Amino acid sequence: MTPPVLTLSGITKTFPGVRALHNVALELFAGQVTALIGENGAGKSTLVKVMTGIYQPDAGEITVAGKPVTLPTAHAAFEAGVTAIHQETVLFDELTVAENIYLGHAPRNRFGMIDWRKMRSEAKETLDSMAAGIDPDIKLKELGIAKKHLVAVARALSIDAQIVIMDEPTAALSQKEIEELYVLIELLKADGKAILFISHKFDEIYRIADRFTVFRDGEQVGTGFIKDTTQSQIVQMMVGRSVDHIFPARNAVIGETVFEAKGLSHPTEFDDISFSVRKGEILGFYGLVGAGRSEVMQAVFGMTTPSSGSMTLNGQSIAPKSAADAVEAGIVYVPEERGKQGVITGQPIFQNVSLPSLKKTSSNGFLRAAQEFDLARTYTERLDLRASSLSQNVSTLSGGNQQKVVIAKWLATNPKLIILDEPTKGIDIGSKAAVHGFMGELVEQGLSVIMVTSELPEVLGMADRIVVMREGRIIATLDNKGLKPETLVRLAAGIAEEEAA
Amino acid sequence: MNRLLKHREIFLALAILLVLVLVTIRFPRFAQPGNLLTIFNDSSILMMLALGQMTVILTRSIDLSMAANLALTGMIVAMTNAAFPGVPIPVLILGCIAVGGVLGAFNGVLVWKLNIPPIVVTLGTLTIYRGLIFVISRGAWVNAAQMSPDFVALQRGAFLGLPILSWFAIVVALLFWLLMTRTPLGRSLYAIGVNPTASVYTGIDVGRTKFLAFTIAGAVSGLAGYLWISRYVIASTEVASGYELTIIAACVIGGVSIAGGIGTVTGVLLGAIFLGVINNALPVINISPFWQMAISGSAILLAVILNARGERQKGRVILKKAEAA
Amino acid sequence: MTDTTTRHLPNRLDNPLRSSILSWESLLIAVAVVIFIINSFASPYFLNAYSLSDLTFNFTEKALIALAMALLIISGEIDLSVAAIIALASTLMGFALQFGADTPALVAIGIGTGIVCGAFNGFLVTGLKLPSIVVTIGTMSLFRGISFIILGDQSYKGYPASFAWFGQGYVYWVISFELVLFLVMAVLYYVLLHRTNFGRRVYAIGNNDIAAQFSGVRVARTKFILFCLTGVMSGIAAVLLTARLGSTRPSIAEGFELEAITMVVLGGVSILGGAGSILGVVLAALIVGLVTFGLGLLNVPGIVMTIFTGSLLIIVIALPILFRQWRNRRPA
Repeated sequence: MTPPVLTLSGITKTFPGVRALHNVALELFAGQVTALIGENGAGKSTLVKVMTGIYQPDAGEITVAGKPVTLPTAHAAFEAGVTAIHQETVLFDELTVAENIYLGHAPRNRFGMIDWRKMRSEAKETLDSMAAGIDPDIKLKELGIAKKHLVAVARALSIDAQIVIMDEPTAALSQKEIEELYVLIELLKADGKAILFISHKFDEIYRIADRFTVFRDGEQVGTGFIKDTTQSQIVQMMVGRSVDHIFPARNAVIGETVFEAKGLSHPTEFDDISFSVRKGEILGFYGLVGAGRSEVMQAVFGMTTPSSGSMTLNGQSIAPKSAADAVEAGIVYVPEERGKQGVITGQPIFQNVSLPSLKKTSSNGFLRAAQEFDLARTYTERLDLRASSLSQNVSTLSGGNQQKVVIAKWLATNPKLIILDEPTKGIDIGSKAAVHGFMGELVEQGLSVIMVTSELPEVLGMADRIVVMREGRIIATLDNKGLKPETLVRLAAGIAEEEAA
Repeated sequence: MNRLLKHREIFLALAILLVLVLVTIRFPRFAQPGNLLTIFNDSSILMMLALGQMTVILTRSIDLSMAANLALTGMIVAMTNAAFPGVPIPVLILGCIAVGGVLGAFNGVLVWKLNIPPIVVTLGTLTIYRGLIFVISRGAWVNAAQMSPDFVALQRGAFLGLPILSWFAIVVALLFWLLMTRTPLGRSLYAIGVNPTASVYTGIDVGRTKFLAFTIAGAVSGLAGYLWISRYVIASTEVASGYELTIIAACVIGGVSIAGGIGTVTGVLLGAIFLGVINNALPVINISPFWQMAISGSAILLAVILNARGERQKGRVILKKAEAA
Repeated sequence: MTDTTTRHLPNRLDNPLRSSILSWESLLIAVAVVIFIINSFASPYFLNAYSLSDLTFNFTEKALIALAMALLIISGEIDLSVAAIIALASTLMGFALQFGADTPALVAIGIGTGIVCGAFNGFLVTGLKLPSIVVTIGTMSLFRGISFIILGDQSYKGYPASFAWFGQGYVYWVISFELVLFLVMAVLYYVLLHRTNFGRRVYAIGNNDIAAQFSGVRVARTKFILFCLTGVMSGIAAVLLTARLGSTRPSIAEGFELEAITMVVLGGVSILGGAGSILGVVLAALIVGLVTFGLGLLNVPGIVMTIFTGSLLIIVIALPILFRQWRNRRPA
C-alpha cells in the first residue's frame, strides 16, 4: 500500500480553558478523498488551522511525504504543499480572478516583475480545463459564491498543492453547482492530490469520499473506509451515544395569530414572503444556507426595510425602521452570527443581558447596578448559564453559554415574538438540549417562536409548522405531522422525486 | 453617469479639465503649455508624498507623520549642506531617502512588533519629529545664503524642457506604478487591505508588509524633504506644517479608500494635480488664496462621499431575477 | 452535564479594591505624582499657588475637548476637526463683535457654532455612513478654511472685559473660572459615561456596534449626539481661548486636536473603542499640563515639549504591551 502523503500524529492544541485537540491523528493519501466528520465544535476547524500554519500545535508531529515538517507560518504550509478552500471562500473581492489564483506565486518575467500576460493566460488555461466559464480579468466580487469556489479550486490547482483541504465547500451551493464540484474533485483526485473533505452532509460524504476520520470533542474516535461503513455507524461515532436526540415533549396550547407578514419583498433578497405565527407556536423556517431566511428575519426585526409588504403584531400594523423599534414592539432576534451580532464581547455578562432593558433597570436614565444584577441573574439562572460570576467577560464563555446570554438578554425584555436564527449552530450537545428545552418552555408560557434552522432533526423535532424557503421565496408551508425528512430536503433543494437521499 | 463615477480616474480627469476650461475661458493664458508645466511642477512634491501615503493607506493604516518626517529630514540635509558644502548632491539625496526611511521604519516597527494602532503611533512620532527639528536647529533657520549653489540649483534646472523636480515626480510615479502593479509586495499591500484574514492564509506576513509600507512612505518623505528645502530655499521648524492632511486629501480625492485595498497610482497623481490646479487657478481668477483651504476641505468631503457610493457593500443577491438583472 | 442544581451566580469575584490598585488610573496617578515632585525640585517657582494656578490655563481648554472626545473615541469614532471648530467659532464671535454683539451673544455664537459644526460632522458620519477620520479631516480644512476666507491675514481684537473674564477671570483667590468649569464638566462627563444608560450604550457601541444595533441600541443617534457634544465642548473651548487671548486669528488653536487626542489615549481610552474612563482622561490632562508647565518653567520652548508629549503617548501605550510580550515569552 502506498504511504500517506501527509500524516498527523499526537497533535494536541489547548486554548485557555478549552482543549481543542487532544492527541489527534490523521492520514491523507494521494488520489483519495478523506472525509473529516464531526459535530460543530469537535475540533475540525482547529485542525485545519494547524495544517495551514495558522495555529501551532502544543504537541505532535506533522510529516509530509515521509519527512517531518513544522508549519510555523501560513507561508510554510503553502511551501509544504498544503492549501485550503474555506467555507466562505477567503479570497479577495477587489482583485481580479487571475490574481486571486496567483497571489503569492505569480509568474515573473526576467526582471523579477509580475508577468500579467502570462498570469492571465495561465489562469484562463486552468479555468478552461475546469470548464469554469470565468473571465480571469473580472474582479472576484462580480462572481457568485459557486464561481468563487471554482476560483479557489483553480488556485489549488495552480499552486500544485499536494494536499487540498476543502472546508464545507458545498455549504452555499445549489444542487447543480454541487454536482459540478464533484466533477472538479474527481479532477483533483485524478491529478494525484490528497484531499481532506469536511462536510456535515452524509449524502456528499458517501458520494465523494474514499476514507473517513471522525472527531468528537477534540479527539479522533474512528477512522476507516467509507465503503465498509454504514451511515449509522459513523453517526454513532460522532455523537458517542444513541443517535436519537430527544426533543422535549410539547405541551403548548396554540392560540390566535400573533404576528403576520404579508407579501414582504426586497429588490435582491426575497420576494412575496407571507407567513403567520400563532401564540404558543414554534414556526420553523427550513432551507439551504443562503435561501434568504435570515434576510427575511432581519427585515422583520427592522434591520432592513422591505420594499413592499406589511406586518402586523397582535392585530396592529407595524413597520420597524430599526432593531430598536422592533424590540419596543416586542419582536426580538437571536442572530446566527453570535460573535458578531449577538454578544458584545469585551463586556461582562450582566451588561450584555441588561443592554436592551436599561430603561427597566435604571431610574431617570441613571444606572442602578443592583437592579441590573438582579435582572441578569433572574434570566441567566433560568437558562442554567455556566459562569463563575455575572461580571465574567462573555468572550471567555463557550459558544453554548454565549447563546444563553443572548437568549437571556431578550427574555428580559418580555418579548411577544422571539426569532431564533440557527440557535444551536456551533454549540455543544448539552447546550443544544438546553436551548431546545427552553424553546419548549417559552411557547408553553405563551410566546411565539420563529426558528430558522438548516438542521433537519431540529426542525422536525421542534417546529409545529414548517416554512420552506428556496432562492428568496417561500416554496411551501407545511404542518409538521408525519413529514418525511426527504420531502423537506427535496423542497429546499428543488430536486425532483427520483433523487432520493 | 453612474459608470463614469465608478471610473474615478476618468471622472477626476474630466473635473480637472473642466476647471482648466472654465478658468481659461476667462483667462486664456491659464491653459498655455508653460503654465500647465508650472502646475505640474508645483504638484510634484505632493504627488510623490501622496503615493507614499497611498502605500500605507492601502494596508488599512495611516501615516500622519509624513510632513514632520519631511521637515526633519529637510532640516538635517540643509544643515549638512550648510556645514559641509562639499558633499555631492546625489549623496545628500540618498542620505535623505535613508534618514526618511529610518524614520518611517520606526513607525513601522511600532505598528508591526507592538501592534499599536497606526494613528496613535504616527500622532506620537509627528510631534516627536517636529520637536526634534527644533532641537537640532535650536530654532534657527537655514536660508538660501547658507545653502550651496548646487543644492539650490538642481531643482531649478531643466531637462528636455521639463524642470528637474517634475522629472523626480515622473520617475517616482513610474517606480510606484511598477511597485503597485508588478511586484509581489505591491500586490500584498492590496491583498492586506481587501482581506487581512485571507492574506494570512495566502502566506502574506501582514505585519511585515505594513512595516515595509511605512518604510516606503518614510523614504518618500525623506526624498521630498530635500526637494522641498531646495525648492523653497528655507529650512525651519515650520516647514510643511499641517501638510500631512493635504497629502491625505490628495489620496482621498484620488479615490484611495481609507478602509484599505482600493487606490491606483493614476488616481493619486490626478488627486494631487487636482489640488495643484485649484491652487494655481485661485489667484488667476482673483480669488484670495485664503479660499484654498476651504476648497480642499470641500473636495475631500465630496470625494469621500463619491468613494463611499462606489464602495457601498451590496447585500447578498439571492433572487434569481435580481442576479440576472 | 448531569448537574441539575441551580447555581447561584455571584455579581463579581474579583476584589474591586485590588483591581483598582492595578488599574491604568493608578499608574497615571503615580506618573503625575512623580512629575509633580520632579517639577518642584527642578524649579523653585513651581510650588507656589500662583504658578499652580497658571498651570491650569495650560490644559483646561484642550482637556474640556478631551472629555467629549473620550466618549467619541470610546464609541469607535474620532473627531480631528475640533481645533478647526474653535477657529471657526472664534472667527464668528469676532465677526459678530464688529456688529456690536455683547458678551452673552458672543458666548451663544461660540457655543452655537460648535453645535452646528458637530452636528454637521455627525450627519456626515451617521447619516451618510462615512468614516469619521476622513470626514473630520475634510471638515477640519473646511471649518478653518472658512475662518481664513473671513479673516485672511487679519485678526479680530477688542473683546469686552466682561467677555475676557471667561478666559482670564478668577472665581475665588487663585482658582480660575476655566479650572472650575473644567472640574464641573469632568464631573458631568463622569456621571454621563459611568452612571447613565447613555454611557453604557456608548461602551456597547464601541465594543461591537453591530451587536449593539442588534440589541436595540440606536447606534446612529447615539453617535450623532456624541459628535454634537464634541462640537459643544469645542465651542466652549473657543469662548475660553478667545477670551484668554483677547484676539482671533484663523490659525488659533492649531494642533489642539492632536493634544486632545493624546490626552484621551494617554488616559487609557482605547483608540479602537470600547474602553476607557473619564478619571483617566482627567489625570492624563493633568500630566500633560504638568509636563508642559514644568518644562516651561525650565525655559524649554513649546515645540520641544511636543517631543515629551509624543514620547509619553507612545511609551505609555508601548510599555504594557512590551511587558505582556516579555511575560508571555518566559516559560511558564
